[in-house]
Amino acid sequence: MHIVDGALANPVVLGGAALAAGGIALGLRYLPLERIPAAGVLSAAFFVASLIHVPIGPSSVHLILNGLAGLVLGWAAFPALFVGLLLQAVFFGFGGLTVLGVNTLAIALPAVIVHYLCRSGMRAGNPVIAALWGGIGGALAIALTTALVGLALTLSGGAFFLAARLVFFAHIPVMVVEALLSAAAVYLAARVKPDLFFTLKGAS
Amino acid sequence: MGHILTAGQKTPDATGKTATGAPLSRLDPRTRILAAVTFAIVTVGCSWIPVLLAALAVAAGLAVLSGLPVGPTLRRMAAMDGFIVFLIALLPFTTPGDPLVTIWGVTASRQGLMLAIDILLTANAVVLALLALVGSMEPVTLGHALHRLRMPEALVHLMMFTIRYVEVLHAEYLRLRQAMKARGFRPSTDWHSLRSLGYLVGMVLVRAVDRSERVLGAMKCRGFSGRLPLLHAYAYGPRDAAFAAVLGAALLALCLAEVSHGAA
Repeated sequence: MHIVDGALANPVVLGGAALAAGGIALGLRYLPLERIPAAGVLSAAFFVASLIHVPIGPSSVHLILNGLAGLVLGWAAFPALFVGLLLQAVFFGFGGLTVLGVNTLAIALPAVIVHYLCRSGMRAGNPVIAALWGGIGGALAIALTTALVGLALTLSGGAFFLAARLVFFAHIPVMVVEALLSAAAVYLAARVKPDLFFTLKGAS
Repeated sequence: MGHILTAGQKTPDATGKTATGAPLSRLDPRTRILAAVTFAIVTVGCSWIPVLLAALAVAAGLAVLSGLPVGPTLRRMAAMDGFIVFLIALLPFTTPGDPLVTIWGVTASRQGLMLAIDILLTANAVVLALLALVGSMEPVTLGHALHRLRMPEALVHLMMFTIRYVEVLHAEYLRLRQAMKARGFRPSTDWHSLRSLGYLVGMVLVRAVDRSERVLGAMKCRGFSGRLPLLHAYAYGPRDAAFAAVLGAALLALCLAEVSHGAA
């Protein structure tokens, strides 16, 4: 899902970087110093969760969980996921440097959208309802991410359109996996520690 | 990405950055970050294949100077290539241009092939240079250097916390995973596996938040005032100037070659 350097047109790279910078700046406004430890440790938790591989038939996929990140972090998902992507690019060679903005936008914007769409479900106080919305958020975030990746590629040249569509359809199993897994994670967290979904939100 | 992490290299804290004594490690960290960014921008801006090959050679030279372990670095690059091969393999068939070959009635164009090679070389050159220049430094040093380069303080702190706790939470994740294994859990494609892994993720998140509350309490207890002092004072030296001059000359040569090819 990471886009690499050299694949995108310059206006797309610059536009993505500008929008990502705006999102990160907005996200940091929701992070007074009291909340930075929580955001940092959760950012590390999502980094670790992305190492989990889920078998799909003979193959396996690694988790992205940006929907879950949105439910937990809200706007803070922008800086938190940016940090994760930066560390992945620098130390693991995943993704690239000039496309960091586009990649951040493709992962974090869906997280924020899911936060707004599903937050009422989290407030309901019922683990089953919360899990239902968690599942919807998990699937939606992956769908939006693949759509944004496809959009970035298509804007850079019509030749990518076929690849973009194939990427979208190839990710349908991933959407199902992320939806079910996010639902289970939300169900457990809502029963054990409902605060998880509110610690990092609210007026700063 | 678990498949490219070996037992000793699970997190950014242990990704083979014990490269002390390597020529690049004596440079100011800020020089290395700025060099990586400049290299990336120049390489992405170029599209003539010989220029990109030269850029890849420069990146390989940097990798040698950085003292990165060869095997793991190549494995990381191969993992990234495996990631994009699907994307660029389609390019020759979807780019209009001079026909090259026809497979199953679909024509591959020469322009499309060139574009695919362009992307492959650019991506590899940038990633190799990035791993060599920045990936070979201590993650904490990266945080300090980015702070000195005027990255917002809150973002630096967030990054430092992430770097610190990736290691801790990974150990916690492995403990939970081992507990599951001890109870006979084997992941497969079924509802039970997904639910169990989902609970695992949920538990890691719950423990992360619990831990962060204890961390914040401990920080307040020690008089945390909202600022973490970043102690390192960096100074550019003659080594940095020499490195900047050599790399700058190489990049300028790449730019000139690209421009002259474009003009011809």
